[in-house]
Amino acid sequence: MHIELHNTLTDDPRARQAQQLTRACVHCGFCLETCPTYLDQRDERDSPRGRIYLIKQLMQEGEASSSTLQHLDRCLTCRSCETTCPSGMRYGELLDIGREMAEQAAPRPLHQRLLRWLLRKTITTRPLLETGLAVARVLRPMLPATLATRIPVKKASGEPPVRQAAATRTMIVLDGCVQAAATPQTNAAARRVLDRFGIELVSARKAGCCGALNHHLSAPGDARGELRRNIDAWWPLIENGAEAIISSASGCGAMLTDYGRLLADDPAYATKAARVAALSCDLAQVISTLPLEQLSLNTAVGKVAVHTPCTLQHALGQPDTVETILRQAGFELADTRDQHLCCGSAGSYSLLQKDISARLREKKLDALTADKPALIVSANIGCQLHLHSADGPPVLHWIELLDPSANH
Amino acid sequence: MTGRSAISAQHRALLTERLLACLGKDNIVLDVESQRPWECDALPLYRDLPLLVALPATVAQVKTVLQVCHEFDVPVVARGAGTGVTAGSMPHPEGVLLSLSRLDRILDIDPLARTARVETGVSNLAISAAAAQYGLYYAPDPSSQIACSIGGNVAANSGGVHCLKYGLTTHNLLAIKALTVEGEELALGSAGLDSPGYDLMALMTGSEGLLAVVTEVTVKLLPVPQAAKLVLAGFDSVRAASDAVGAIIAAGIIPAGLEMLDRLTIQAVEDYVNAGYPRDAEAVLLCELDGTEEEVAEHTATVSALLGELGASTLHVARDEAERALLWKGRKAAFPAVGRLAPDYYCMDGTIPRAQLAHVLEQIALLSKEYALPVANVFHAGDGNLHPLILFDAGNPEEIRKAEAFGARILTLSVEVGGSITGEHGVGLEKIRQMPAQFGEAELLLFEEIKAAFDPALNLNPGKGIPILKRCQEYRALPARHRHD
Repeated sequence: MHIELHNTLTDDPRARQAQQLTRACVHCGFCLETCPTYLDQRDERDSPRGRIYLIKQLMQEGEASSSTLQHLDRCLTCRSCETTCPSGMRYGELLDIGREMAEQAAPRPLHQRLLRWLLRKTITTRPLLETGLAVARVLRPMLPATLATRIPVKKASGEPPVRQAAATRTMIVLDGCVQAAATPQTNAAARRVLDRFGIELVSARKAGCCGALNHHLSAPGDARGELRRNIDAWWPLIENGAEAIISSASGCGAMLTDYGRLLADDPAYATKAARVAALSCDLAQVISTLPLEQLSLNTAVGKVAVHTPCTLQHALGQPDTVETILRQAGFELADTRDQHLCCGSAGSYSLLQKDISARLREKKLDALTADKPALIVSANIGCQLHLHSADGPPVLHWIELLDPSANH
Repeated sequence: MTGRSAISAQHRALLTERLLACLGKDNIVLDVESQRPWECDALPLYRDLPLLVALPATVAQVKTVLQVCHEFDVPVVARGAGTGVTAGSMPHPEGVLLSLSRLDRILDIDPLARTARVETGVSNLAISAAAAQYGLYYAPDPSSQIACSIGGNVAANSGGVHCLKYGLTTHNLLAIKALTVEGEELALGSAGLDSPGYDLMALMTGSEGLLAVVTEVTVKLLPVPQAAKLVLAGFDSVRAASDAVGAIIAAGIIPAGLEMLDRLTIQAVEDYVNAGYPRDAEAVLLCELDGTEEEVAEHTATVSALLGELGASTLHVARDEAERALLWKGRKAAFPAVGRLAPDYYCMDGTIPRAQLAHVLEQIALLSKEYALPVANVFHAGDGNLHPLILFDAGNPEEIRKAEAFGARILTLSVEVGGSITGEHGVGLEKIRQMPAQFGEAELLLFEEIKAAFDPALNLNPGKGIPILKRCQEYRALPARHRHD
């Protein structure tokens, strides 16, 4: 489709990029029925095609009201539509631009801005988040049940790996923000599993949040700051021979693979960012290359329902890697349906769009538990916490199943 | 904005007030900014804004909208998923756009009678998905089946890659419920194969929202075939591939699907699915054979031998279900995949006698040179239903003009060789100017009388489907009013 840019936007690089991206869309509508929010609302404006059209209008008119912003806000950025799209539309990139420009065209009311600012500042700052979680755990008995069940239980991380032999390979691990505070057992398990195969995971003390939260909350400046900080923190390790940068949270992993694109216009960082992006991958992509039969595992844990996060399947293009790993390791997998649809977690979405998020969560839990699994596993911290419920099966990170020292 | 309403502001305010009271503000879209995403279907060359968009959540609300619109004498354009490519659901500037997307319930699946009763907004693929647990499926499979609605399929009498063997939408319906322009309920068809009186359901199927608004559909389901094999054959020339199509049918085999893709389409599709389409072939035939294991084995051998004799440069039988599904995924996504080659395409839908395939394709190639616009061909070869996709850039007004002129020449060519201007996409707004090339005045007047029998005030989807010769001269001017800005 063609966008005739409004005369106030012809020199705006974001608008020109939006114009270029939209040339891929042919308005066929194939994306509608694979979009979780369209299925929920059945309203063209809450479909990928409708949102592309709203952004096209914004670029042509040079203005938009809060109505456009509302429909852009409702997007989960799950990118299911990109998997569906035959004409290769990079919808996620367009939406980021659309949101940022719509927000400028129709500034948010103060309470919304404040909430978003608080989310960006608290979640991405680990000491703040850790303190918050500790307080919430103490207060848990006094909180309403719906809230109390969502606070992750503190689980022992276990012992660090006892080096079996000298590590022959080194990889960097992203500690991240939320996962490090809420479920430190995940990366601890990853360290122990990889250690079995002679791979040592190293982390950089100064690295932090991957930048996704700021990026998706229309704070590209703050996000770029985080990107540069992480690159600086990892660079000595990369120069020292680390062969990959691993994330065990697919949401963060997807963000890492975007570093090159996001800093392409920064002469000081473009080359390094491209290198970081090229080295980045999800934990599953590494584990799937290893001879897992060498692990002696207790696979008699009952049926396991695998939840494949959107970032793993739609952004990183790994729709069945975790299932394949677990099947090869000998686990019995539960039948699930509608794997392509988002669970409603979507980063800060579950806090900002509570109603839609709650309905998507219900649907996802139905789709995951129809076959009566004993466990649900996910590959992303956000989804893992979001899908946890008091009366449902426990939700773990899949790597915990491969951890020889863990008891599930 | 476009030529907005001739309806008086006062009249409009009253209409809006009534609909708001009946449907609630969440189901009515009033401001231009919010209406914009509905201004076109999958043919974004043709655009217009409605008075308002109504998003009823129940059949009762649809009925109310029709009753109120009838009372106010305003046009109503029904829209399903908006995947049509003829501007058939483009809004009318003086009317209400009636979105049926929220009627999305599967009401009943009867595995013993092999029927499904669904609301009009349910997607084609969702019916097969829901029937899969009983080993059943709904056979007509338009390429947009991932998203198109069953109500839209009825309106267009949609075909699909498997209609060669299993028929069009009209052959797979048992009953429909619809609302007349006055909002009165119509129940057509029955659980049996025939019902008393004229076959009005067949008349309604393919009527493009001009006669009534379909609200519920009962379809036949078929058992998933015991076996299915897909043969892929690459050819060095379009003519050789076209000749092979006739030869397969002449051998007494009715394939479940018989499709052709030309070189340009093969590149676009392969870029999307990476399924192993031969990039060096001038044309690819996909021939699917289904039935019992023995039947399929025999037919696969016969077809493979035949294609080999006819000079296929590549011959491959899909190894397994996954490969068969992937190859079909590529074919079904061919239209939008062609969007990788150019920012816009203009999709034609002429149907011609099979024997004319090679001739018409060669003529299209010549026209492509004349207009200096590339054409990608992907079509239902078995039933002679062509889908030339003219590639252009809508940012260039000269290319738009050329694409439309080129398209008109293809339609004229289809009629000249004894074919028709539309196989399955419908006439909509886009092909209305070619209707007089296809039909004589007496026939067009007859269409008009049928239209008037259901909708004397011409308020259902006016300006689409049939040119109105005597009643409303202004509607004839409508196609010229769409904007190309």
